[in-house]
Amino acid sequence: MKILVPVKRVVDYNIKPRVKADGSGVETAGVKMSMNPFDEIAVEEAVRLREKGAASEVVVVSIGVQQAQDTLRTAMAMGADRAILVLTDEGPEPLAVAKVLRTLVEKEGPSLVVLGKQAIDDDMNATGQMLAGLLGWGQGTFASKVDVVDGRVHVSREIDGGTEQVSLALPAIITADLRLNEPRYASLPNIMKAKKKPLETIPAADLGVDMAPRLTVVSVAEPAERKAGIKVGSATELVEKLRNEAKVI
Amino acid sequence: MTALVLLDHEGGQIRKAALSAVTAATHLGDVHVLVAGNAALAQAASQIAGVSKVLHAADARYAHELAEPLAALLVSLAGSYDHIVAAAGATGKNVLPRAAALLDVQPIPDVVSIVDAQTFVRPIYAGNALATVRSADAKKVLTVRSASFDAAPAEGGSAQIETVAAVDSPDVSWFEAVQLSDSARPDLESARVVVSGGRGMGSEEKFHALDPLADALGAAVGASRAAVDSGFVPNELQVGQTGKIVAPELYMAFGISGAIQHLAGMKDSRVIVAVNKDPEAPIFQVADYGIVGDLFEVVPQLVEELKK
Repeated sequence: MKILVPVKRVVDYNIKPRVKADGSGVETAGVKMSMNPFDEIAVEEAVRLREKGAASEVVVVSIGVQQAQDTLRTAMAMGADRAILVLTDEGPEPLAVAKVLRTLVEKEGPSLVVLGKQAIDDDMNATGQMLAGLLGWGQGTFASKVDVVDGRVHVSREIDGGTEQVSLALPAIITADLRLNEPRYASLPNIMKAKKKPLETIPAADLGVDMAPRLTVVSVAEPAERKAGIKVGSATELVEKLRNEAKVI
Repeated sequence: MTALVLLDHEGGQIRKAALSAVTAATHLGDVHVLVAGNAALAQAASQIAGVSKVLHAADARYAHELAEPLAALLVSLAGSYDHIVAAAGATGKNVLPRAAALLDVQPIPDVVSIVDAQTFVRPIYAGNALATVRSADAKKVLTVRSASFDAAPAEGGSAQIETVAAVDSPDVSWFEAVQLSDSARPDLESARVVVSGGRGMGSEEKFHALDPLADALGAAVGASRAAVDSGFVPNELQVGQTGKIVAPELYMAFGISGAIQHLAGMKDSRVIVAVNKDPEAPIFQVADYGIVGDLFEVVPQLVEELKK
Protein backbone atom coordinates (compact mmCIF):
# COMPACT_ATOMS: atom_id res chain seq x y z
CA MET A 1 0.00 0.00 0.00
CA LYS A 2 1.31 3.37 -1.03
CA ILE A 3 0.68 6.59 0.93
CA LEU A 4 0.81 10.04 -0.64
CA VAL A 5 1.50 13.00 1.68
CA PRO A 6 1.19 16.56 0.32
CA VAL A 7 3.34 19.09 2.22
CA LYS A 8 3.39 22.88 2.07
CA ARG A 9 6.21 25.35 2.62
CA VAL A 10 4.92 28.16 4.85
CA VAL A 11 6.23 31.02 6.99
CA ASP A 12 7.70 29.37 10.10
CA TYR A 13 5.15 29.19 12.89
CA ASN A 14 7.44 31.08 15.28
CA ILE A 15 7.61 34.14 13.02
CA LYS A 16 5.10 36.92 13.55
CA PRO A 17 3.77 37.69 10.07
CA ARG A 18 4.02 41.28 8.77
CA VAL A 19 1.49 42.74 6.40
CA LYS A 20 3.13 44.38 3.37
CA ALA A 21 2.97 48.17 3.32
CA ASP A 22 0.95 48.20 0.08
CA GLY A 23 -1.70 45.90 1.57
CA SER A 24 -1.20 43.26 -1.12
CA GLY A 25 -0.36 40.39 1.21
CA VAL A 26 1.94 39.16 3.94
CA GLU A 27 5.71 39.58 3.64
CA THR A 28 7.42 36.29 2.81
CA ALA A 29 10.69 37.58 1.29
CA GLY A 30 13.64 36.99 3.57
CA VAL A 31 11.42 35.26 6.16
CA LYS A 32 12.25 31.86 7.62
CA MET A 33 10.15 29.19 5.93
CA SER A 34 9.35 25.69 7.23
CA MET A 35 7.08 22.76 6.63
CA ASN A 36 3.50 23.46 7.67
CA PRO A 37 3.29 21.93 11.20
CA PHE A 38 0.15 19.89 10.42
CA ASP A 39 1.92 18.43 7.38
CA GLU A 40 4.76 17.27 9.64
CA ILE A 41 2.15 15.34 11.61
CA ALA A 42 0.82 13.87 8.34
CA VAL A 43 4.33 12.78 7.27
CA GLU A 44 4.95 11.25 10.69
CA GLU A 45 1.70 9.27 10.55
CA ALA A 46 2.46 7.93 7.09
CA VAL A 47 5.99 6.91 8.11
CA ARG A 48 4.63 5.18 11.22
CA LEU A 49 2.11 3.25 9.11
CA ARG A 50 4.99 2.08 6.90
CA GLU A 51 7.10 1.18 9.94
CA LYS A 52 4.18 -0.87 11.30
CA GLY A 53 3.96 -2.72 8.01
CA ALA A 54 0.58 -1.24 7.04
CA ALA A 55 2.17 0.61 4.11
CA SER A 56 5.03 -0.10 1.74
CA GLU A 57 5.96 3.34 0.42
CA VAL A 58 5.53 6.98 1.45
CA VAL A 59 5.62 9.56 -1.35
CA VAL A 60 5.64 13.26 -0.45
CA VAL A 61 4.54 15.96 -2.85
CA SER A 62 4.71 19.74 -2.73
CA ILE A 63 3.16 22.25 -5.10
CA GLY A 64 5.12 25.47 -5.12
CA VAL A 65 8.34 27.26 -5.89
CA GLN A 66 11.76 25.65 -6.37
CA GLN A 67 12.65 26.16 -2.68
CA ALA A 68 9.84 23.78 -1.70
CA GLN A 69 12.52 21.17 -2.43
CA ASP A 70 13.88 21.90 1.06
CA THR A 71 10.51 21.02 2.55
CA LEU A 72 10.44 17.77 0.59
CA ARG A 73 13.99 16.93 1.75
CA THR A 74 12.87 17.51 5.34
CA ALA A 75 9.97 15.09 4.81
CA MET A 76 12.35 12.51 3.36
CA ALA A 77 14.70 13.01 6.31
CA MET A 78 11.72 12.13 8.51
CA GLY A 79 11.36 8.90 6.57
CA ALA A 80 9.44 9.48 3.34
CA ASP A 81 10.84 7.38 0.48
CA ARG A 82 10.67 9.77 -2.45
CA ALA A 83 9.33 13.16 -3.46
CA ILE A 84 7.56 15.01 -6.25
CA LEU A 85 7.74 18.78 -6.70
CA VAL A 86 5.04 20.36 -8.85
CA LEU A 87 6.60 23.65 -9.84
CA THR A 88 4.47 26.83 -9.83
CA ASP A 89 5.11 30.55 -9.32
CA GLU A 90 2.02 31.70 -7.50
CA GLY A 91 0.59 30.09 -4.39
CA PRO A 92 -2.36 28.18 -5.82
CA GLU A 93 -5.74 28.02 -4.05
CA PRO A 94 -6.95 24.77 -2.44
CA LEU A 95 -9.25 24.02 -5.40
CA ALA A 96 -6.29 24.14 -7.81
CA VAL A 97 -4.11 22.19 -5.39
CA ALA A 98 -6.79 19.51 -5.08
CA LYS A 99 -6.99 19.25 -8.88
CA VAL A 100 -3.20 18.89 -9.18
CA LEU A 101 -3.24 16.25 -6.44
CA ARG A 102 -6.00 14.37 -8.25
CA THR A 103 -3.77 14.00 -11.31
CA LEU A 104 -0.93 12.75 -9.11
CA VAL A 105 -3.25 10.30 -7.34
CA GLU A 106 -4.33 8.95 -10.73
CA LYS A 107 -0.67 8.53 -11.70
CA GLU A 108 0.65 7.11 -8.41
CA GLY A 109 -2.35 5.06 -7.27
CA PRO A 110 -2.00 5.48 -3.48
CA SER A 111 -4.44 3.76 -1.11
CA LEU A 112 -4.25 6.61 1.35
CA VAL A 113 -3.56 10.34 1.08
CA VAL A 114 -2.66 11.91 4.42
CA LEU A 115 -2.68 15.72 4.64
CA GLY A 116 -2.38 18.30 7.38
CA LYS A 117 -5.82 19.60 8.31
CA GLN A 118 -4.89 23.19 7.47
CA ALA A 119 -1.95 25.31 6.40
CA ILE A 120 -1.01 27.97 8.93
CA ASP A 121 -0.59 30.67 6.27
CA ASP A 122 -3.97 30.85 4.52
CA ASP A 123 -5.78 28.87 7.27
CA MET A 124 -8.10 27.44 4.61
CA ASN A 125 -8.65 23.93 6.00
CA ALA A 126 -10.04 22.71 2.68
CA THR A 127 -7.59 20.83 0.44
CA GLY A 128 -8.13 17.33 1.90
CA GLN A 129 -11.90 17.59 1.80
CA MET A 130 -11.80 18.96 -1.76
CA LEU A 131 -9.48 16.21 -2.98
CA ALA A 132 -11.78 13.60 -1.39
CA GLY A 133 -14.74 15.16 -3.18
CA LEU A 134 -13.00 15.21 -6.56
CA LEU A 135 -11.96 11.57 -6.19
CA GLY A 136 -15.24 10.36 -4.66
CA TRP A 137 -13.27 8.93 -1.73
CA GLY A 138 -14.17 8.85 1.94
CA GLN A 139 -12.62 11.52 4.16
CA GLY A 140 -11.45 11.21 7.77
CA THR A 141 -10.80 14.83 8.65
CA PHE A 142 -9.27 16.28 11.87
CA ALA A 143 -7.93 12.84 12.76
CA SER A 144 -6.56 12.10 16.22
CA LYS A 145 -6.15 8.34 15.64
CA VAL A 146 -5.80 6.23 12.51
CA ASP A 147 -5.87 2.41 12.18
CA VAL A 148 -5.79 0.47 8.94
CA VAL A 149 -7.54 -2.90 9.34
CA ASP A 150 -8.75 -5.30 6.61
CA GLY A 151 -9.12 -2.85 3.77
CA ARG A 152 -10.71 -0.17 5.89
CA VAL A 153 -9.32 2.76 7.80
CA HIS A 154 -10.75 3.60 11.21
CA VAL A 155 -10.42 7.24 12.17
CA SER A 156 -11.08 9.10 15.42
CA ARG A 157 -12.05 12.66 14.57
CA GLU A 158 -11.88 15.81 16.67
CA ILE A 159 -15.35 17.39 16.60
CA ASP A 160 -16.76 20.45 18.38
CA GLY A 161 -18.04 18.68 21.48
CA GLY A 162 -15.76 15.64 21.70
CA THR A 163 -14.57 12.82 19.46
CA GLU A 164 -16.22 10.78 16.71
CA GLN A 165 -15.20 7.47 15.13
CA VAL A 166 -15.81 6.74 11.47
CA SER A 167 -14.57 3.98 9.18
CA LEU A 168 -13.75 4.48 5.54
CA ALA A 169 -13.29 2.20 2.57
CA LEU A 170 -9.82 2.35 1.02
CA PRO A 171 -8.64 4.32 -0.83
CA ALA A 172 -9.34 7.25 1.48
CA ILE A 173 -8.27 10.72 2.58
CA ILE A 174 -7.06 11.53 6.09
CA THR A 175 -6.39 15.03 7.44
CA ALA A 176 -4.21 15.25 10.54
CA ASP A 177 -5.12 17.13 13.69
CA LEU A 178 -2.52 18.02 16.26
CA ARG A 179 -3.06 15.14 18.67
CA LEU A 180 -2.53 12.47 16.02
CA ASN A 181 1.14 12.10 16.90
CA GLU A 182 4.28 13.99 17.82
CA PRO A 183 6.51 14.30 14.74
CA ARG A 184 10.09 13.07 15.10
CA TYR A 185 13.14 15.23 14.60
CA ALA A 186 15.21 14.20 11.62
CA SER A 187 18.60 12.87 12.71
CA LEU A 188 21.76 14.07 10.98
CA PRO A 189 22.39 10.69 9.28
CA ASN A 190 18.81 10.71 8.02
CA ILE A 191 19.18 14.27 6.73
CA MET A 192 22.27 13.11 4.80
CA LYS A 193 20.42 10.05 3.50
CA ALA A 194 17.47 12.21 2.39
CA LYS A 195 19.77 14.13 0.04
CA LYS A 196 20.19 10.97 -2.01
CA LYS A 197 16.50 10.02 -2.16
CA PRO A 198 14.72 10.57 -5.50
CA LEU A 199 13.05 13.94 -6.09
CA GLU A 200 11.14 14.40 -9.34
CA THR A 201 10.21 17.89 -10.56
CA ILE A 202 7.14 18.37 -12.77
CA PRO A 203 6.18 21.81 -14.16
CA ALA A 204 2.56 22.44 -13.18
CA ALA A 205 1.76 23.40 -16.77
CA ASP A 206 2.52 19.80 -17.85
CA LEU A 207 -0.39 18.49 -15.77
CA GLY A 208 -3.03 20.31 -17.78
CA VAL A 209 -4.85 21.60 -14.71
CA ASP A 210 -6.66 24.95 -14.68
CA MET A 211 -4.98 26.72 -11.77
CA ALA A 212 -6.45 30.19 -12.29
CA PRO A 213 -7.41 31.68 -8.93
CA ARG A 214 -11.10 32.17 -8.17
CA LEU A 215 -10.52 34.62 -5.36
CA THR A 216 -9.09 38.10 -5.90
CA VAL A 217 -7.34 39.55 -2.89
CA VAL A 218 -8.78 43.06 -2.60
CA SER A 219 -6.60 43.98 0.35
CA VAL A 220 -4.74 42.56 3.31
CA ALA A 221 -4.72 44.62 6.47
CA GLU A 222 -3.42 44.42 10.02
CA PRO A 223 -6.20 43.68 12.50
CA ALA A 224 -6.99 46.38 15.03
CA GLU A 225 -4.28 46.31 17.69
CA ARG A 226 -5.40 45.62 21.20
CA LYS A 227 -3.77 47.90 23.73
CA ALA A 228 -2.18 46.52 26.84
CA GLY A 229 -4.20 47.44 29.91
CA ILE A 230 -3.10 47.75 33.50
CA LYS A 231 -1.60 45.45 36.08
CA VAL A 232 -3.52 45.16 39.32
CA GLY A 233 -2.03 44.15 42.64
CA SER A 234 -4.56 41.71 44.05
CA ALA A 235 -7.60 39.54 43.44
CA THR A 236 -9.66 42.03 45.44
CA GLU A 237 -8.67 44.88 43.16
CA LEU A 238 -9.30 42.76 40.05
CA VAL A 239 -12.83 41.82 41.09
CA GLU A 240 -13.54 45.45 41.98
CA LYS A 241 -12.36 46.58 38.51
CA LEU A 242 -14.36 43.86 36.73
CA ARG A 243 -17.47 44.82 38.68
CA ASN A 244 -17.29 48.60 38.64
CA GLU A 245 -15.00 49.65 35.79
CA ALA A 246 -15.47 46.99 33.08
CA LYS A 247 -18.95 46.12 34.42
CA VAL A 248 -18.55 42.62 33.10
CA ILE A 249 -19.49 40.58 36.19
CA MET B 1 -30.99 36.19 -3.81
CA THR B 2 -31.33 33.20 -1.52
CA ALA B 3 -28.78 31.56 0.72
CA LEU B 4 -28.86 27.98 1.97
CA VAL B 5 -27.49 27.48 5.48
CA LEU B 6 -26.42 24.02 6.62
CA LEU B 7 -27.61 23.91 10.25
CA ASP B 8 -25.31 21.58 12.15
CA HIS B 9 -26.34 19.85 15.32
CA GLU B 10 -24.79 17.94 18.18
CA GLY B 11 -26.33 15.88 20.96
CA GLY B 12 -29.81 16.39 19.49
CA GLN B 13 -29.59 20.18 19.54
CA ILE B 14 -28.95 22.70 16.79
CA ARG B 15 -25.55 24.22 17.55
CA LYS B 16 -25.64 27.82 18.68
CA ALA B 17 -22.94 28.62 16.12
CA ALA B 18 -25.40 27.62 13.37
CA LEU B 19 -27.70 30.42 14.55
CA SER B 20 -24.86 32.87 13.90
CA ALA B 21 -24.54 31.45 10.39
CA VAL B 22 -28.25 32.24 9.89
CA THR B 23 -27.59 35.86 10.90
CA ALA B 24 -24.66 36.06 8.46
CA ALA B 25 -26.86 34.66 5.68
CA THR B 26 -29.54 37.31 6.27
CA HIS B 27 -26.95 39.82 4.94
CA LEU B 28 -26.98 37.89 1.65
CA GLY B 29 -30.71 37.55 1.02
CA ASP B 30 -33.58 35.23 1.82
CA VAL B 31 -32.52 32.38 4.13
CA HIS B 32 -33.35 28.70 3.70
CA VAL B 33 -31.80 26.11 5.99
CA LEU B 34 -30.91 22.46 5.52
CA VAL B 35 -31.24 20.16 8.52
CA ALA B 36 -30.00 16.59 8.32
CA GLY B 37 -31.54 14.67 11.19
CA ASN B 38 -34.79 13.91 12.97
CA ALA B 39 -38.14 15.70 12.83
CA ALA B 40 -37.58 17.47 16.16
CA LEU B 41 -34.52 19.20 14.71
CA ALA B 42 -36.48 20.30 11.64
CA GLN B 43 -39.21 21.62 13.93
CA ALA B 44 -36.65 23.56 15.98
CA ALA B 45 -35.14 24.95 12.76
CA SER B 46 -38.54 26.23 11.61
CA GLN B 47 -38.77 28.38 14.76
CA ILE B 48 -35.53 30.29 14.10
CA ALA B 49 -36.21 33.94 13.39
CA GLY B 50 -35.31 34.99 9.84
CA VAL B 51 -35.59 31.53 8.25
CA SER B 52 -38.15 31.30 5.45
CA LYS B 53 -37.88 27.63 4.55
CA VAL B 54 -36.52 24.46 6.16
CA LEU B 55 -35.24 21.66 3.96
CA HIS B 56 -35.39 18.51 6.05
CA ALA B 57 -33.13 15.62 5.04
CA ALA B 58 -34.78 12.87 7.06
CA ASP B 59 -33.06 9.88 5.46
CA ALA B 60 -31.00 7.90 7.98
CA ARG B 61 -27.82 8.26 5.92
CA TYR B 62 -27.69 11.97 6.88
CA ALA B 63 -28.28 11.55 10.60
CA HIS B 64 -24.59 11.76 11.54
CA GLU B 65 -23.77 14.55 9.10
CA LEU B 66 -21.16 12.44 7.31
CA ALA B 67 -19.46 14.57 4.66
CA GLU B 68 -19.81 12.14 1.76
CA PRO B 69 -23.63 11.91 1.61
CA LEU B 70 -24.24 15.43 2.92
CA ALA B 71 -21.96 17.14 0.38
CA ALA B 72 -23.72 15.22 -2.41
CA LEU B 73 -27.09 16.40 -1.06
CA LEU B 74 -25.90 20.02 -0.90
CA VAL B 75 -24.70 19.79 -4.49
CA SER B 76 -28.10 18.47 -5.60
CA LEU B 77 -29.82 21.42 -3.90
CA ALA B 78 -27.28 24.08 -4.88
CA GLY B 79 -28.96 25.00 -8.16
CA SER B 80 -31.52 27.20 -6.41
CA TYR B 81 -29.03 29.12 -4.32
CA ASP B 82 -26.42 31.85 -4.73
CA HIS B 83 -24.70 31.20 -1.42
CA ILE B 84 -24.14 28.08 0.64
CA VAL B 85 -23.26 28.90 4.23
CA ALA B 86 -22.39 27.03 7.42
CA ALA B 87 -20.86 27.80 10.78
CA ALA B 88 -17.08 27.38 10.76
CA GLY B 89 -17.23 24.38 13.09
CA ALA B 90 -16.27 20.74 12.70
CA THR B 91 -19.27 19.93 10.48
CA GLY B 92 -19.14 23.00 8.23
CA LYS B 93 -15.40 22.64 7.73
CA ASN B 94 -15.80 18.96 6.94
CA VAL B 95 -18.73 19.16 4.55
CA LEU B 96 -18.61 22.51 2.72
CA PRO B 97 -15.17 22.23 1.06
CA ARG B 98 -16.16 18.82 -0.30
CA ALA B 99 -19.39 20.24 -1.70
CA ALA B 100 -17.47 23.22 -3.10
CA ALA B 101 -15.04 20.94 -4.95
CA LEU B 102 -17.97 19.07 -6.50
CA LEU B 103 -19.43 22.43 -7.58
CA ASP B 104 -16.03 23.58 -8.91
CA VAL B 105 -16.01 26.46 -6.42
CA GLN B 106 -13.19 27.75 -4.22
CA PRO B 107 -14.70 27.95 -0.70
CA ILE B 108 -14.22 30.95 1.56
CA PRO B 109 -13.68 29.74 5.13
CA ASP B 110 -13.92 31.59 8.45
CA VAL B 111 -15.68 34.71 7.19
CA VAL B 112 -15.74 37.44 9.86
CA SER B 113 -17.40 40.17 7.81
CA ILE B 114 -19.56 40.34 4.68
CA VAL B 115 -18.74 43.33 2.46
CA ASP B 116 -21.17 42.46 -0.33
CA ALA B 117 -22.51 39.33 -2.02
CA GLN B 118 -19.12 38.59 -3.62
CA THR B 119 -16.71 40.11 -1.11
CA PHE B 120 -15.78 38.76 2.28
CA VAL B 121 -13.24 39.40 5.03
CA ARG B 122 -11.41 36.46 6.57
CA PRO B 123 -8.44 36.17 8.90
CA ILE B 124 -5.24 34.57 7.64
CA TYR B 125 -1.96 33.78 9.42
CA ALA B 126 -3.70 33.01 12.72
CA GLY B 127 -5.55 36.31 12.63
CA ASN B 128 -2.36 38.35 12.20
CA ALA B 129 -3.82 39.68 8.97
CA LEU B 130 -7.30 40.22 7.61
CA ALA B 131 -7.76 39.44 3.92
CA THR B 132 -10.63 40.93 1.94
CA VAL B 133 -11.32 38.57 -0.96
CA ARG B 134 -13.71 38.76 -3.89
CA SER B 135 -15.00 35.55 -5.39
CA ALA B 136 -15.36 35.11 -9.15
CA ASP B 137 -17.30 31.85 -8.73
CA ALA B 138 -20.96 31.75 -9.78
CA LYS B 139 -21.89 30.36 -6.38
CA LYS B 140 -20.21 31.25 -3.11
CA VAL B 141 -19.54 28.59 -0.51
CA LEU B 142 -18.55 30.01 2.85
CA THR B 143 -18.18 29.15 6.51
CA VAL B 144 -18.60 31.94 9.04
CA ARG B 145 -17.11 32.55 12.44
CA SER B 146 -19.81 32.45 15.09
CA ALA B 147 -17.86 34.94 17.23
CA SER B 148 -18.36 37.58 14.52
CA PHE B 149 -22.14 37.33 14.06
CA ASP B 150 -24.85 37.43 16.73
CA ALA B 151 -26.94 34.29 17.01
CA ALA B 152 -30.35 34.54 15.34
CA PRO B 153 -33.17 34.18 17.91
CA ALA B 154 -34.09 30.49 18.25
CA GLU B 155 -37.77 31.44 18.56
CA GLY B 156 -40.08 33.69 16.60
CA GLY B 157 -39.95 32.17 13.13
CA SER B 158 -42.52 29.96 11.45
CA ALA B 159 -40.87 28.59 8.34
CA GLN B 160 -42.47 25.87 6.26
CA ILE B 161 -40.74 22.49 6.37
CA GLU B 162 -40.07 20.63 3.14
CA THR B 163 -38.70 17.10 3.17
CA VAL B 164 -35.92 16.52 0.67
CA ALA B 165 -35.30 13.11 -0.84
CA ALA B 166 -31.97 11.34 -0.44
CA VAL B 167 -29.55 11.46 -3.36
CA ASP B 168 -26.92 8.95 -4.47
CA SER B 169 -23.43 9.34 -3.07
CA PRO B 170 -20.37 7.10 -2.86
CA ASP B 171 -20.94 4.48 -0.13
CA VAL B 172 -17.46 4.80 1.35
CA SER B 173 -17.87 6.00 4.94
CA TRP B 174 -19.61 4.70 8.04
CA PHE B 175 -20.35 6.32 11.36
CA GLU B 176 -19.13 4.19 14.28
CA ALA B 177 -19.48 6.10 17.54
CA VAL B 178 -19.31 9.49 19.18
CA GLN B 179 -18.16 10.61 22.62
CA LEU B 180 -19.40 14.03 23.66
CA SER B 181 -17.82 15.54 26.73
CA ASP B 182 -20.45 15.55 29.41
CA SER B 183 -20.34 19.07 30.70
CA ALA B 184 -22.88 21.02 32.65
CA ARG B 185 -20.97 24.16 31.72
CA PRO B 186 -21.99 26.55 28.94
CA ASP B 187 -20.80 25.95 25.41
CA LEU B 188 -17.30 27.36 24.93
CA GLU B 189 -18.10 29.19 21.69
CA SER B 190 -21.16 30.99 23.01
CA ALA B 191 -20.35 31.44 26.72
CA ARG B 192 -20.46 34.96 28.18
CA VAL B 193 -17.41 34.24 30.33
CA VAL B 194 -14.52 31.89 29.52
CA VAL B 195 -11.93 30.76 32.08
CA SER B 196 -8.88 29.27 30.35
CA GLY B 197 -5.75 27.50 31.53
CA GLY B 198 -2.38 26.95 29.90
CA ARG B 199 0.84 25.09 30.46
CA GLY B 200 1.15 26.87 33.81
CA MET B 201 -1.69 24.72 35.18
CA GLY B 202 0.94 22.00 35.57
CA SER B 203 -1.11 18.81 35.28
CA GLU B 204 -4.48 17.31 34.45
CA GLU B 205 -5.30 17.17 38.16
CA LYS B 206 -4.24 20.74 38.90
CA PHE B 207 -6.17 22.02 35.90
CA HIS B 208 -9.30 21.47 38.01
CA ALA B 209 -8.19 24.38 40.19
CA LEU B 210 -10.13 26.49 37.67
CA ASP B 211 -13.43 24.64 38.30
CA PRO B 212 -14.57 26.63 41.37
CA LEU B 213 -13.91 29.90 39.54
CA ALA B 214 -15.78 28.72 36.44
CA ASP B 215 -18.64 27.64 38.73
CA ALA B 216 -18.70 31.02 40.47
CA LEU B 217 -18.83 32.88 37.14
CA GLY B 218 -21.05 30.45 35.24
CA ALA B 219 -18.18 30.28 32.78
CA ALA B 220 -17.08 27.83 30.11
CA VAL B 221 -13.60 26.33 30.54
CA GLY B 222 -11.04 26.67 27.76
CA ALA B 223 -7.37 25.87 27.31
CA SER B 224 -4.34 26.78 25.26
CA ARG B 225 -2.81 24.39 22.76
CA ALA B 226 0.09 23.87 25.19
CA ALA B 227 -2.34 22.56 27.81
CA VAL B 228 -3.93 20.24 25.26
CA ASP B 229 -0.55 19.04 23.99
CA SER B 230 0.53 18.37 27.58
CA GLY B 231 -2.53 16.16 28.02
CA PHE B 232 -4.15 18.27 30.77
CA VAL B 233 -7.48 18.59 28.94
CA PRO B 234 -9.19 17.19 25.82
CA ASN B 235 -8.81 18.95 22.48
CA GLU B 236 -12.38 20.26 22.34
CA LEU B 237 -11.41 22.83 24.99
CA GLN B 238 -8.66 24.27 22.80
CA VAL B 239 -8.93 28.00 22.06
CA GLY B 240 -6.76 29.29 19.23
CA GLN B 241 -5.88 29.19 15.55
CA THR B 242 -6.45 25.46 15.32
CA GLY B 243 -9.09 25.23 18.01
CA LYS B 244 -12.16 27.26 18.81
CA ILE B 245 -12.48 30.98 18.19
CA VAL B 246 -14.20 32.75 21.07
CA ALA B 247 -15.18 36.33 21.77
CA PRO B 248 -16.87 36.36 25.18
CA GLU B 249 -17.62 39.39 27.31
CA LEU B 250 -14.88 38.27 29.69
CA TYR B 251 -11.92 36.01 28.95
CA MET B 252 -9.66 35.02 31.85
CA ALA B 253 -6.30 33.43 30.99
CA PHE B 254 -4.41 31.56 33.71
CA GLY B 255 -0.89 30.30 33.15
CA ILE B 256 -1.15 31.09 29.43
CA SER B 257 1.91 32.80 27.95
CA GLY B 258 0.01 34.17 24.95
CA ALA B 259 1.49 32.55 21.82
CA ILE B 260 0.12 34.12 18.62
CA GLN B 261 -1.73 30.87 17.90
CA HIS B 262 -3.65 31.30 21.15
CA LEU B 263 -4.27 35.03 20.76
CA ALA B 264 -5.82 34.23 17.37
CA GLY B 265 -8.63 32.48 19.20
CA MET B 266 -9.51 35.03 21.89
CA LYS B 267 -8.21 38.51 21.14
CA ASP B 268 -11.65 39.77 20.12
CA SER B 269 -13.00 39.16 23.63
CA ARG B 270 -14.46 42.33 25.15
CA VAL B 271 -12.44 42.20 28.39
CA ILE B 272 -9.32 40.10 28.84
CA VAL B 273 -7.77 39.21 32.20
CA ALA B 274 -4.39 37.49 32.46
CA VAL B 275 -2.74 35.90 35.48
CA ASN B 276 0.81 34.73 34.94
CA LYS B 277 4.00 34.40 36.96
CA ASP B 278 6.07 35.87 34.15
CA PRO B 279 5.67 39.67 33.93
CA GLU B 280 7.05 39.53 30.37
CA ALA B 281 4.44 37.02 29.11
CA PRO B 282 2.99 38.30 25.80
CA ILE B 283 -0.54 37.70 27.08
CA PHE B 284 -0.20 40.92 29.13
CA GLN B 285 0.12 42.90 25.88
CA VAL B 286 -3.51 42.14 25.05
CA ALA B 287 -4.92 41.94 28.59
CA ASP B 288 -7.07 44.75 30.00
CA TYR B 289 -6.24 43.64 33.53
CA GLY B 290 -3.23 41.62 34.55
CA ILE B 291 -1.96 40.08 37.76
CA VAL B 292 1.66 38.96 37.97
CA GLY B 293 1.54 36.10 40.42
CA ASP B 294 0.93 32.45 41.22
CA LEU B 295 -2.41 31.41 39.74
CA PHE B 296 -2.85 28.76 42.43
CA GLU B 297 -2.96 31.58 44.99
CA VAL B 298 -4.93 34.06 42.86
CA VAL B 299 -7.72 31.70 41.74
CA PRO B 300 -8.97 30.81 45.29
CA GLN B 301 -8.77 34.50 46.24
CA LEU B 302 -10.90 35.39 43.22
CA VAL B 303 -13.46 32.75 44.20
CA GLU B 304 -13.61 34.23 47.73
CA GLU B 305 -13.97 37.79 46.39
CA LEU B 306 -16.76 36.77 44.02
CA LYS B 307 -18.74 35.39 46.97
CA LYS B 308 -18.75 38.82 48.63
